[in-house]
Amino acid sequence: MSQRPITEDDLHAYVDQALEPERRAEVASYLDQHPDVANRVADFANQREQLRGALASIADEPLPAELNLSHIIESRKRRPLRAWRAIAAMLLLGIGGLGGWTMRSVVQDSSNGLSALANEAAYTYGVYAPDRVRPVEIRASDSAELTQWISNRLKQPVKVPDLSVSGYRLMGGRLVATSHGPAAMFMYDDDRGDRLVVLTRPMSSRNQDAPMMPQSSGNVAGFAWIDDGLGYTLVGQLPTDTLRPIANEIRKQARSI
Amino acid sequence: MKDMLVQVEPLIPALRRRYARVLMRDRAAADDLVQDCLERAVSRWHQRRDGSVHAWLFTILHNLAITQFRQATVRGRHMPIDDAGEQELVSAAAQEQRLIYRDVLSKLARLPEEQRAVLLLVAVEDLSYADAAKVLGVPVGTVMSRLSRARERLQQEMDAVGPRNVVALRSLK
Repeated sequence: MSQRPITEDDLHAYVDQALEPERRAEVASYLDQHPDVANRVADFANQREQLRGALASIADEPLPAELNLSHIIESRKRRPLRAWRAIAAMLLLGIGGLGGWTMRSVVQDSSNGLSALANEAAYTYGVYAPDRVRPVEIRASDSAELTQWISNRLKQPVKVPDLSVSGYRLMGGRLVATSHGPAAMFMYDDDRGDRLVVLTRPMSSRNQDAPMMPQSSGNVAGFAWIDDGLGYTLVGQLPTDTLRPIANEIRKQARSI
Repeated sequence: MKDMLVQVEPLIPALRRRYARVLMRDRAAADDLVQDCLERAVSRWHQRRDGSVHAWLFTILHNLAITQFRQATVRGRHMPIDDAGEQELVSAAAQEQRLIYRDVLSKLARLPEEQRAVLLLVAVEDLSYADAAKVLGVPVGTVMSRLSRARERLQQEMDAVGPRNVVALRSLK
């Protein structure tokens, strides 16, 4: 018999079969010596069995069509931007706390426009990344002209990130329209033809900053952050773990302007 | 998305069970909630952190339900237990079992929501105490004290035939 006293928590863990075998044996031998406590524990175990029995039939029922996960995944692929709209709508309505810990980052962004920026990047990716004919307006071969044009339109010096260390080549860029004014889009691809989009634009306030936050919508994922009033976002159809170091590289380069 | 299918699909029956007949007015409303939960899970699959998929799904479901219940409370709508599914009584024994089950569910429905949630997550859905704490956004110690209160109170309800217990119950209200 160990020296550790039996606690209320032990009794519940005994009922829920959550104890290590050794501790379980100690509780069992305690219960042998304390029939009144043993009665209570038996009552709790009985409750547990009744609840499980009462609810078991629901779990055994065949799933209705609308809960078929394959259908849900399929229908998302067909409208990949829906989640972004839903998130934007929730933010507008001020509904917080939905969706547990993964939502927290998005909700916290509502005040500084990070989610709006990420939203714009997802739309831009959806429009230009699948374009095989003219995904960019100015090609990488004219990158000096691209930099000049973008910096003029955004009214501040913008450097085109170099992602060659990550295996991505600059394809070129273009100016895109957002509800917050002009934004610069840079597109990259790798040897397999996977495309990445970097979208950057000035935020409403010059001295705004926001830490890098993961963002995702269907099969488009990415990161968004704000440095000194300039918002950045990187999106692509890659796992966030793959995108994170690339986003870090972009941020490092932008800070060294 | 294939790993998502493999990990999430087996948990859908448990998600349905979580609110069906216990908290929701009807099955359709409970399934709408689960559908909403699954759509969110699909869209945020890449955002989830390491840890139990089981707990992650229940967190999404729990938060959706809370929002919905709050809205329903504002409108002053009452949500009794749904006793659908009673139509096919097979035998006397099955009927009696069904009555016992209905009885325990109606007693469960009288517990405060926070106690009921802990009891169902732990005793029915087999979440660990740590995962239940994560789902509910409270410390493990709070899970344990709520679990203890839930079980004591449910037992009082179940024992409530004796006059002494009736008095005890009244004083609780």
